[in-house]
Amino acid sequence: MESPAHVASLPEDEELQPWGSPRCPGQHPGRLEGAEYAEPGAREKARPKWGNPMQFLLICVSYAVGLGNVWRFPYLCQMYGGGSFLVPYIIMLIVEGMPLLYLELAVGQRMRQGSIGAWRTISPYLSGVGIASLVVSFLVSVYYNVINTWAVWYLFHSFQDPLPWSVCPLNGNRTGYDEECEKASSTQYFWYRKTLNISPSIQENGNVQWESALCLTLAWLIVYLCILRGTESTGKVVYFTASLPYCVLIIYLVRGLTLHGATNGLVYMFTPKIKELANPKAWINAATQIFFSLGLGCGGLIAFASYNEPSNNCQKHAIIVSIINSSTAIFSCIVTFSIYGFKATFNYENCLNKVILLLTNSFDLEDGFLTASNLEEVKDYLASTYPSKYSEVFPHIRNCSLESELNTAVQGTGLAFIVYTEAIKNMEVSQLWSVLYFFMLLTLGMGSMVGTGTAILTPLTDSKVISSYLPKEAISGLVCLVNCAIGMLFTMEAGNYWFDIFNDYAATLSLLLIVLVETIAVCYVYGLKRFESDLQAMTGHALNWYWKAMWAFVSPVLIVGLFIFYLSDYILTGTLQYQAWDATQGHVVTKDYPPYALAVIGLLVASSTMCIPLVALGTFVKRHFRKK
Amino acid sequence: MLWPLFFLVTAIHAELCHPDAENAFKVRLSIRTALGDKAYVWDTNEEYLFRAMVAFSMRKVPSREATEISHVLLCNVTQRVSFWFVVTDPSRNHTLPAVEVQSAIRMNRNRINNAFFLNDRTLEFLRIPSTLAPPMDPSVPIWIIVFGVIFCIVIVATALLVLSGIRHRRRNNKGLPGLDDAEDKCENTITVENGIPCDPLDTKGGHINDGFLTEDERLTPL
Repeated sequence: MESPAHVASLPEDEELQPWGSPRCPGQHPGRLEGAEYAEPGAREKARPKWGNPMQFLLICVSYAVGLGNVWRFPYLCQMYGGGSFLVPYIIMLIVEGMPLLYLELAVGQRMRQGSIGAWRTISPYLSGVGIASLVVSFLVSVYYNVINTWAVWYLFHSFQDPLPWSVCPLNGNRTGYDEECEKASSTQYFWYRKTLNISPSIQENGNVQWESALCLTLAWLIVYLCILRGTESTGKVVYFTASLPYCVLIIYLVRGLTLHGATNGLVYMFTPKIKELANPKAWINAATQIFFSLGLGCGGLIAFASYNEPSNNCQKHAIIVSIINSSTAIFSCIVTFSIYGFKATFNYENCLNKVILLLTNSFDLEDGFLTASNLEEVKDYLASTYPSKYSEVFPHIRNCSLESELNTAVQGTGLAFIVYTEAIKNMEVSQLWSVLYFFMLLTLGMGSMVGTGTAILTPLTDSKVISSYLPKEAISGLVCLVNCAIGMLFTMEAGNYWFDIFNDYAATLSLLLIVLVETIAVCYVYGLKRFESDLQAMTGHALNWYWKAMWAFVSPVLIVGLFIFYLSDYILTGTLQYQAWDATQGHVVTKDYPPYALAVIGLLVASSTMCIPLVALGTFVKRHFRKK
Repeated sequence: MLWPLFFLVTAIHAELCHPDAENAFKVRLSIRTALGDKAYVWDTNEEYLFRAMVAFSMRKVPSREATEISHVLLCNVTQRVSFWFVVTDPSRNHTLPAVEVQSAIRMNRNRINNAFFLNDRTLEFLRIPSTLAPPMDPSVPIWIIVFGVIFCIVIVATALLVLSGIRHRRRNNKGLPGLDDAEDKCENTITVENGIPCDPLDTKGGHINDGFLTEDERLTPL
């Protein structure tokens, strides 16, 4: 093992310059920016910086606050006890989220390089961690932009009256509606048939849908436009992508709370079910939500912090970003549940109206006589007066329940593109609400994409080999082009099934492992005391004992626990299954993954996790041969 | 004298028009659902109007121009409001085939609905499916227009940024060809040792003190 002085040395292979280089007569001491801390004789490269600390804060917020806050957190809240889920959530935020976020920002700010360079600086055996982060970011960027594609598609379709997902198309001879649309609902039909044109199973690949392909190209062009100049352009874009979602959420909050039936949803959500606190799944899901929501381990946070001034107080920023992230999740939960309440009440009243119509027609009662309030008494009266006829009609009478409408918990694309659109189509001036909503989804997604793009580009532009051949614009262009080409896979008819594979498996296990290795590397390989003194010299503040305790003991234990849980979950489930859309029945059915899909899953997980041991082994072999 | 005739007519009427009769159709109206407070009461005058509308629809059929209001028979009016109707031929002995009545009503459904301020849902003819209005289908889908606009804006903005970057780099290269490298490196780099900058003297802007160094006397003259 090398001596600490050599390990913590120089970025890339900068040579040690002697004191007072003859090549550079004109050196200005006044050009020192901040407390420039470097190793003896090291030469610092010119590195782009954020225009002001606000830009750094905004890009972290824009990266962390993404679609997961809007469509995953409300689902978890609903599943694990409503108001009482906030307890494990906040505890995990303080115990896991803040320390790990601070660690990544501190590493980036100290090492002042992208993920690969930063971990290579800590130990050459650990540069695999940086490469694994790069691979994970790459995989995430390939599939994440497909969500932006769908947001763009829905956004462009919002400029019509009536909204295309509010009415079913007509069948051949115009006497009724399309069969698939009748069996499902118009919003589901628009999502599964018009947007995805989904095939019945993952084996049937179908053709590339040209409409989706166009929208995907546009989405990648927008990403390229935002990242092509590096921090210069990204720093300006994040003012917009970080603030617009909040504006829309506030507008939706006001609108949502004034909707008829919104209070039903809010009461349902906030009544705490204390029993759920005893369920270990609630705690595990709170931990995973905090972990993945902050974007740890992707290399993005390290990249952002590397463009910081060394004296920047990243502790303060870490706390602010994690609090903003969690409050946004809770805030969007309120909005989502008022919308849920509206939708559930609307459906419940529709159901009641259908029952009323059925009874009115069967018994030829006066129109308007039956209302929701006297329904039960009239039903009893009819049952007693016309027993035979009533028993004929009885099987068709549905039991309408507000509870069961509220109980339908949905997450992910189903929430955003089916449930929300269903609620929006029933609001007045639905085009306006639709445009606002999908614009918000687009900016949330773009914020995360820009962050992921920066995470990929920073190590590439830091590398001397690549940046000497190609300018920054060309590197970003190439990355976007490759991603777009691979992303065409998701525009095929079976594309949504492949999307689910990437969404569930590309990042989950790998990120846990990466962050675990990161924490152990900083605490035990680099040395916690050394890191502490580095930070103190760099920022001027002493490191609180709380962070040290968390980094050294609690967070690694938590991550190992999560890791074990995930692995055992996969092993116990046996064969992995997926939800396929059955057009003939109008709902999803569960199917097994074919062997080649399982192979792809294995490849996804292995491609990033194997980087760490393989690169360590490779470095060891290279040094061994060099010594010889 | 007239009574037997009256009974005969009612008997025939009852024979031709009763629930589930041949070629009879049930009609159901939901006036209060459609109009709320402005709902009108269904009385015999409204029934007369209905019969007139049905007769009007039948008169539009090429072979049935002689249909009169009296040929349309209504029966079993309930409180719902629902009733059955048939259309008889001029001899009043048989009813017209259901297919003809069906097609006639379908053709003029809109006029019939409007006469009663109702729509397809609130004025139902059971067993006569209504022709649904096709959705508006513009020649170029609207989303493609929006897509085209946004796409062009993004392409133009990207091209501007890329071109300005290229021009900036070319200007830099042209301005300082040889010194560019060294100048760039030196401008922003500081040689540092132990946290102290190595060159505290501002040699660029400083003066050379001739008292200490003169080129001529570097070597002591013999």
